[in-house]
Amino acid sequence: MEKLINDFSFGLFFWQILIFVGLLLLLRKFAWKPILNAVNDREEGIKNALESAEEARKEMQNLQADNERILNEARAERDGMLKEARQLKENMISDAKSEAQAEADKIVAQAQATIASEKKAALADLKNQVAGLSVEIAEKVVRKELSNEGKQLELVESMLEDVTLN
Amino acid sequence: MHRNLGTEILGVMQKRTVVKFLLIFTLVFNASNLFAKESEKEGDGDLKTTIKEFINHHLQDSHDFTLFSDEEAKTHFGFPLPVILWDGGLKVFSSSKFHHGETVAEVNGEYYKLYHGKIYKTDAQGTINYDEDHHATNAKPLDFSITKNVVSMLLISLLMFFMFKSLAKSYKKNNSIPTGVGRFLEPLVLFIRDDIAIPNIGEKKYKKYMSFLLTIFFFIWFLNLLGMTPLGVNVTGNIAVTFALALIVFLITNLTANKNYWGHIFWMPGVPTFMKVVLAPIELLGVFIKPFSLMIRLYANMTAGHVVLMSIIGMIFLFKNWIGGPLSFGLAFALSILELLVAALQAYIFTMLSALYFGMANEEAHH
Repeated sequence: MEKLINDFSFGLFFWQILIFVGLLLLLRKFAWKPILNAVNDREEGIKNALESAEEARKEMQNLQADNERILNEARAERDGMLKEARQLKENMISDAKSEAQAEADKIVAQAQATIASEKKAALADLKNQVAGLSVEIAEKVVRKELSNEGKQLELVESMLEDVTLN
Repeated sequence: MHRNLGTEILGVMQKRTVVKFLLIFTLVFNASNLFAKESEKEGDGDLKTTIKEFINHHLQDSHDFTLFSDEEAKTHFGFPLPVILWDGGLKVFSSSKFHHGETVAEVNGEYYKLYHGKIYKTDAQGTINYDEDHHATNAKPLDFSITKNVVSMLLISLLMFFMFKSLAKSYKKNNSIPTGVGRFLEPLVLFIRDDIAIPNIGEKKYKKYMSFLLTIFFFIWFLNLLGMTPLGVNVTGNIAVTFALALIVFLITNLTANKNYWGHIFWMPGVPTFMKVVLAPIELLGVFIKPFSLMIRLYANMTAGHVVLMSIIGMIFLFKNWIGGPLSFGLAFALSILELLVAALQAYIFTMLSALYFGMANEEAHH
């Protein structure tokens, strides 16, 4: 202890305090503050950049999910539309088919009716004509048969014969 | 030479190793014996005393910057430093006037003599009066000389100023990325902030102590490293220097302390009143012991390092043979590496404990 006190130099102590405090103040102004601020700023910058990158990534993910969703929706819509169209087409086709069938049936029936009535008319006409013709022929035949006296008598005789036979 | 059974049993190889070992042992032993005889012959002015004096001289501050000297030829290589005395007025002169303590310096009719590293006021003949304990009783003027240590401190301060100013500048120029020596310094600055200041003081209040912690760490570390150079300075192993540093820590701790800190010292919460009375003086003593331990720790570590290292280097000259010399050299080399570690470690410990004390002074009440 005595040696320590003996070694103690007030001058050196004085200079040490002076130099150290001076150095402290100078360094604080010209070095520590700018250094710590720069480091702080840089760290903040890195932190912010990381955060914004994370945010951007999330946004991107959201966007992608949105896109996916929209795409899916569109696809479903298209599928629905196609299905509907197909249904419509089928309906139309079947409707048309049945309508056409009915029409055709109607036409056929009408045609048949017409044919039948025409046939009837034709048959009637034919009958009349045949009857007329027959009468005419019969007239002519009769006229020819009965043109002379002998024939007329022969006829009367045959008819009378028939009657006597009965 | 008589042979016994034992030597016959020993194989050839074993015999060789044993012989070698004995040879080394004898040489070392003889060397020390040899030296012992020599020193007996030489008497008082022997090598051991010279080395001891040299080490003692090295540990102390000096009024001139001596790089090396030839004691026998009384020639010194180095440069003188200014001496500033306050003795009824400021007296400034070059330390070359003392001629390394051999002559009396005359300034404005006053006479001063350099004796064992201290300046005494004497008469024209340079008479030093002693008391019974062989201590000089002459008057000592207040000595504000720019000594070797002051020069070293100024040198380190300048170096630090320019180093860290360039680091600060490199941030501005380079988009916040350090260049050159800054690449080495920046991790250390961050280390002090992240591993010393923030854990010990806390996130909220560490900022106002950062300047001090950074300055003290690099100041002590660089001065410790300068002490490892052959320039032969020993600044941090000087009690006045460590006292000044510890005093600054003491002042900062107690001037920035909060109510809670003083409350814990004078009226410890949570203990019975009787204990409060008992604890108060103990705690108050602790306030002074903490910086005192800082002062002694740094001083003792650096001084011890210098003494041990120089003693081992001195052993090279004591052994004066081809085994002891290299052995001492190897030891000194290993110790130098250890001292490099100690240089950083002591700076770290000083900074760390300062931060711890600041943290205590700023602790918030927790119940």
